[in-house]
Amino acid sequence: MDVELQEIRDHMGRFPPFDALSDELLDAVAESVEVRYFREGSDILEFGQAVHHFGYVRSGAVEVYRHDGQLFNRISEGDIFGYVALLRSHKVRFPARAIEDTLVYFVPEAVFERLCDEDAHFADFVELSGSRLKATVDAQEKDNDMLITRVRRLIARMPVMIDQEATAQAAARLMTEQSVSSLLVLAPPLGDDEDRFTDGEGRERRLVGILTDQDLRIRLVAEGRPAETPVRDLLAGEVVTVQSDASVNEAMLTMLRNHVHHLPVLHRRRPVGVVHLSDIVRYETRSGLYLVSNIYNQPDERGLARLMPDVRAAFVRMVDEGADSKMVGSALSTIGRSLTRRLIELAEAEIGQPPIPYCFMVLGSMARNEQSIVTDQDNALVLDDRFDPEIHGAYFAELARRVSDGLDACGYPYCKGGIMATNPDWRQPLSVWQGYFSEWIEEPDPQRLLHSSIFFDLDPVHGEERFVEVLQDQVAAEASANKRFLAAMARNALNRTPPLGFFRTFVMEQDGKQNNSINLKRRGTAPMADLVRVHALACGSTAQNSFERLDDIDRAGILPAGQADKLRYALEFIAMVRIRHQVIDLKEERPPDNNIEPENVSASERHNLKEAFQVLSNAQKFLRFRYPWTR
Amino acid sequence: MLSPERRRNPGRGTDWPAYLAGRAASARHPALQRFFGADWPGPETPIGEVPLVALDLETTGLDPGRDAIVSIGLVPFGLAGIRPADSTHWVLRPVRPLSEVSITYHHITHNEVAEAPYLAEMLEPLLERLAGRIPVVHYRAIERSFLDAAVRVRLGEELLFPVIDTMAIEARLHRQSLGSRLARMVGRRPTSIRLYDSRTRYGLPNYRAHHAALDALATAELLQAQVAHHYSPETPLGQLWA
Repeated sequence: MDVELQEIRDHMGRFPPFDALSDELLDAVAESVEVRYFREGSDILEFGQAVHHFGYVRSGAVEVYRHDGQLFNRISEGDIFGYVALLRSHKVRFPARAIEDTLVYFVPEAVFERLCDEDAHFADFVELSGSRLKATVDAQEKDNDMLITRVRRLIARMPVMIDQEATAQAAARLMTEQSVSSLLVLAPPLGDDEDRFTDGEGRERRLVGILTDQDLRIRLVAEGRPAETPVRDLLAGEVVTVQSDASVNEAMLTMLRNHVHHLPVLHRRRPVGVVHLSDIVRYETRSGLYLVSNIYNQPDERGLARLMPDVRAAFVRMVDEGADSKMVGSALSTIGRSLTRRLIELAEAEIGQPPIPYCFMVLGSMARNEQSIVTDQDNALVLDDRFDPEIHGAYFAELARRVSDGLDACGYPYCKGGIMATNPDWRQPLSVWQGYFSEWIEEPDPQRLLHSSIFFDLDPVHGEERFVEVLQDQVAAEASANKRFLAAMARNALNRTPPLGFFRTFVMEQDGKQNNSINLKRRGTAPMADLVRVHALACGSTAQNSFERLDDIDRAGILPAGQADKLRYALEFIAMVRIRHQVIDLKEERPPDNNIEPENVSASERHNLKEAFQVLSNAQKFLRFRYPWTR
Repeated sequence: MLSPERRRNPGRGTDWPAYLAGRAASARHPALQRFFGADWPGPETPIGEVPLVALDLETTGLDPGRDAIVSIGLVPFGLAGIRPADSTHWVLRPVRPLSEVSITYHHITHNEVAEAPYLAEMLEPLLERLAGRIPVVHYRAIERSFLDAAVRVRLGEELLFPVIDTMAIEARLHRQSLGSRLARMVGRRPTSIRLYDSRTRYGLPNYRAHHAALDALATAELLQAQVAHHYSPETPLGQLWA
């Protein structure tokens, strides 16, 4: 290929979606390019103009506008624009202007169509809102399926093998040299043996057993046999194996069932490694399940606090293994709830059983099962209506104090807004709570609701769960009937808006202003949860989790067709970017936070985030129109 | 025919239509007859409508009498767009072997040189590609004098043609303005008007230099930028050629 085309090809090949193209298609793109220079301030595509190519920014920067003149996007080196017109009317709907001196590569329509036809990834990239996010999220789910932990992940080295005719001494020497506690023992195959495999030197072999440290102790040393004893005489019956694609769980069960600690791992018939029980224990200690059972075994608050590094490690591992945001959110919520429950048990053990029934409830993200690794505590106490402050007040105040202090010690800092059971306002009998909710719903005031919207995500953690269920039912029944309440909640849900997207190393706001970083909770997941909550309240859903609420919203049909799906994909995508960035923070030994810096956002992540922000922004506009607020 | 002085480097005042018409009538070699007889744009043609061809020669030195052309890069284009895929790049076999230094400097290989045609074989295809298109070069003295020398030696006739010189345009902007003359008087270094320094001023990216086709593309882009900043598509060709 000519040097000048190579130059173009090399440049484009560094940026998505071209980075994933086959060499043949990338060559075709480079060969089709038409180069044109645009001075700062000049129009590249004008509204209504007929177009038969799309643009690629080789250098400089371009702004793309909506037809009402509002800024739609600001793009730079390696970005593409103008392709929407090729998908639709061949008339420019989103005009583009050079905001710096810009060199553009135009790619003709015929090549665009070929790319869409022959490269699914490219087609997904340029598809309109929603479907692309869906493709990305679906691809992540698929990866997740493939990443179910297989036992082969636990294999640290190639198996060390020995012939069955070798002496015990040779075996012991080999084990010492290789620092292993077991050897796989091989023999020539018997006739048409089904277990045969070909070893590294091309010989036909068969696995006949495994020789462990323990075998040498029990069958050789203890019995006073000579060091020349052949290995085959030291084997303990039939060898138990596992296939490399079995799950870790299956491998563990196989060991337990057969009372063995070493398990040869085979790929078909060829040994590929050995796992030891300790490998599995080490693996499991960092898993969520183990953590939960361990929480309930801790004798005191300090023991619980010591588990927190394990919580972080489990979080990192889940994400690395491809968990989606719902799995991560619910695992962290389960851990948080277990911790809360254990703190309550420990408190009750010291200050005695409660004088009257109560329910400890959690609010906000933990109630929604959407907890992240960065979170504070939001909780409250619902007491039996026989509550008498004179008699019972001190007990529950003490209970609340102990739980709240314990949570703080475990890395769930006190709620800055005072939404905790330690606050007497939020430590009340059920009837008072019912009154609170009636007042919030029947006399809505956006200002006051601002501080109480968190109470509309509520879930029991310990005690009389029915107390909280009564409140959930009350909210579902009253909220859907009260338009003013919904309007007030909707108004608050619009307080926090997403940015427009990214430009170079900046976050770009709707008005074109640029910032250095973005809080992805405040500007993404939180407004999304707020918005979903309003619709969920409107359709009388008692679900707390945003994805489950979206299911209810979808069933109720209160959103335009396909909208619930778009919201689901957008929420999943934003939540995962936030989670992945927290994992990066943890791996680089920084305290994790909700901020992401544009320089750490990959080009395709930017592209999808922009799409997700767009979905959120449109959904907010719909919310304003659906639940209008009037004084 | 132009005077020897004018011939070495014809300037902006040259009456190109008269020269081209005269040579069309006087040329003896059929390739030159075809070249001069092509449909050439006149000085009144707006630059936006002129068929252009970016041209870059890599040579072993600066003396057309002694040094050889190593490679030729050509990119036909217009103000509305450049199609790099339409470009041509020829490596030429020099009559005398190339030095190791030239080989490395020009990003070409011994193999390419060994299999390459002699310049004499490529003159006709070159004239065909240039006919009727105004060459755009960065520093016209090189391209024009080397091609003139080559044609004189091989076809026995003079070859001159109008060019647009992007370096001369930069020089006019940065070296001949009152401000730049004052700056030089107070000892400030003059603005560099080399190809890649000039491109930087227009926000154009860097390429691997010293490859004829890439430099030709770089020159074509530079002219687009210069017109976008200092002229317009309606500017008559006569203001730009020399």
